[in-house]
Amino acid sequence: MYETNFHKASTAQDAAALLAKSDDGKILAGGQTLIPTMKQRLAAPADLVDLSRAEALRGVTITKRKKMGIMKADGGETITIGAMTTHAEVAGDTELAKVCPVISGLAANIGDPAVRHRGTIGGSVANNDPAADYPAALMALRATIHTNSREIKAEDYFQGMFATALADNEIITAVSFQAPAVGGYGKFPNPASRYAMVGVFIAKSVDGDVCVAVTGAGDNGVYRHAGLEAALSADWSTTAIEAIEVSADGLMSDLHGTAAYRANLIKVMAKRALV
Amino acid sequence: MKIAMTVNGKSVSREVSDNTLLVEYIRDHLRLTGTHVGCDTSQCGACVVHVDGQATKSCTMLAASAEGLAVTTVEGLAKSKDDLHPMQVAFKENHGLQCGFCTPGMIMTATDMVTRYHTQGKELTEDAIRVHLEGNICRCTGYHNIVKSIADGASKMTTV
Ligand code: FES
Ligand code: FES
Repeated sequence: MYETNFHKASTAQDAAALLAKSDDGKILAGGQTLIPTMKQRLAAPADLVDLSRAEALRGVTITKRKKMGIMKADGGETITIGAMTTHAEVAGDTELAKVCPVISGLAANIGDPAVRHRGTIGGSVANNDPAADYPAALMALRATIHTNSREIKAEDYFQGMFATALADNEIITAVSFQAPAVGGYGKFPNPASRYAMVGVFIAKSVDGDVCVAVTGAGDNGVYRHAGLEAALSADWSTTAIEAIEVSADGLMSDLHGTAAYRANLIKVMAKRALV
Repeated sequence: MKIAMTVNGKSVSREVSDNTLLVEYIRDHLRLTGTHVGCDTSQCGACVVHVDGQATKSCTMLAASAEGLAVTTVEGLAKSKDDLHPMQVAFKENHGLQCGFCTPGMIMTATDMVTRYHTQGKELTEDAIRVHLEGNICRCTGYHNIVKSIADGASKMTTV
């Protein structure tokens, strides 16, 4: 690892001020991607700003939605997850598991237990690895990414492989979304890395809108699948998924699998996400 | 920079460079060489220690990030040479190791999963053990005896 200057920030504001002073500063969230990348000398930030003690950026808040005087049980709650909330905290939040179990299950399957103890949702979203799980979830849930200066809609935020709408020195503080009426995630993990070779997140909002996002497959990162959305809007069934053609155009081919293989996996994972 | 933390119950402090990994702090600066380094890609788990009670890959965390926290390494488990931790006894009795290189990480991952399951009042099944060993690689045993050891150790770990 190249040399770096370590700084600690306890709030997003402090972190932004520290980044502004550096020519080449980077936020250190859980470090489960950044530290390995620095060890391989693929990243060499002059300054690192550690946010791991920023308590205000941590935790899950759920705001229940009242409908006609009674608590609505099937979706609609507003869920806000602080950027520094670890995967283990998301997976272990019992209230969240009740209102949005699909997110709990997704978090419980990222990496391994040690990685989940440190890795954070904010770090994952800022990195936007083309095979990461959270980008698919946030895209399909039409989440909002909150930063120290603004709010960004997920579809404007994710801009291709490792590319996001974040400006220099802009820091993610939280993500928020509405619990879906129905949500599912089908993931085919790479047997070695556990990253998704294909992950399909399907969400039906309380208003009945269907949104499908695919990770791990596209050669330009996470994307929404119009064909699956149309098919499932018309008919919420595995038969509807079976009936559509998933094209291999624009999908990744690498040593793990060809584009055609991934195209087929999209259908298979979509079906798993539905059941 | 000077980094202070608690390691195995003792306060320690060392002058290290900013880019020092926690595992380097533990092995090179504190000379606690029970924690191993088996890869440089965060995949093998030989380096697992507990940071504030949570299993953590010490090769994937900076020492500076652990400032002020409580770290437990494999050396911190046994009360003495003759009074091993139940999980260590279980690995010994169930042939849970061959060369032993992965063992410190296996044991720290094992005690972490058992503690979590005990606290949540959940049963640690064989399947669950295998799932939680996701981040620990062993080149020798074929895992079966490691899984057996953890199940045995779990039944003997009364304190959480
Ligand atoms: S040395 Fe830490 S995971 Fe291999
Ligand atoms: S016993 Fe040799 S690596 Fe596990």
